[in-house]
Amino acid sequence: MEQAQLEAAQAARREMPHHDDMLQVVDLIIDNVNQLKDTQGLKAPARLDSATALFGGDGFLDSMALVTLVVAVEQAIEEKFGTNVSLADPGAMSQEHSPYRTIGALADYALRRLRAA
Amino acid sequence: MDAPVTLVTGTRTGIGRHLAEHYLRLGHRVVGCSRAPVDWTREGYKHYGTDVADEKGVKAMFSEIRRSYGRLDHLINNAGIASMNHSLLTPASTVSAILATNAVGTFLLSREAAKLMKRKGYGRIVNFSSVAVPLKLAGEAAYVASKSAVVALTHVLAREFAEFGITVNCVGPGPLATNLIRSVPKQTIDRLLAQQAIPRMGTFDDVANTVDFFLRPESGFVTGQTIYLGGV
Repeated sequence: MEQAQLEAAQAARREMPHHDDMLQVVDLIIDNVNQLKDTQGLKAPARLDSATALFGGDGFLDSMALVTLVVAVEQAIEEKFGTNVSLADPGAMSQEHSPYRTIGALADYALRRLRAA
Repeated sequence: MDAPVTLVTGTRTGIGRHLAEHYLRLGHRVVGCSRAPVDWTREGYKHYGTDVADEKGVKAMFSEIRRSYGRLDHLINNAGIASMNHSLLTPASTVSAILATNAVGTFLLSREAAKLMKRKGYGRIVNFSSVAVPLKLAGEAAYVASKSAVVALTHVLAREFAEFGITVNCVGPGPLATNLIRSVPKQTIDRLLAQQAIPRMGTFDDVANTVDFFLRPESGFVTGQTIYLGGV
């Protein structure tokens, strides 16, 4: 992405209401889950939304699929918003506080990282 | 363009520069980095002023590599620093700096490289340890600890990255004529060389030969290994 495009994407993101941002990130995560279903045979529920459990408990991702999804989402966020964020988290394996427990939790976590960047 | 993309860290001088030039001669597209600017350039070589211990800088460099090349075939984690001093005379800041560059830097570069390599399901990562680890060199506690960490990282990352088609190996050179050992007294070097099966200084080509082996596509079943040079 050219510098001017990068800056425009970053400025647009700063001005975007939180709700719109959240929907965009949720959609982006769902797109990536669907891509992994197509390309890597990931077994995921037919209907995906914010409340869909990702990892731990009723989640459909095993630890390696989680790694693949998180890396794909990091790269998709960079392509869409022009900002490099890290979604690595020391509390990843905690059942209660993991940002990977649902699609919504991951979107919220990614959004907080985006806003802090 | 199908030439492999090879990232070498610490290319300003010494082994890193030699390896960058070596892989350019073999037709690779070579990306290099160092904290200080380089005073050399070659066609096909792209340099970044990146500190391997700076997570933000490392991620920014990989974003650019992804945008420019769309792939990474090889990572050579050569960047390293040393400090020769008795532990009782070593400040914590020195220990932190050595661990940051040698161990944390190797971790960060490997992590970001694997993200890019896994797209193709292929990659080769070569880390740099040192004969100082098996020789347990007195006077290099922080350096040896950092290079032991590199060996341990090599073992674990080899297992974590195997299913992405990425191998992770390590080379442990003995003394070479580089800036790293410039200030080490000759007597100390001689004592060290005497502990090798082949008691001579290593050469850049000795190192390149070992890295070549790890990078070969045919070496896909070789991972998690450390080769110490000189017969230590």
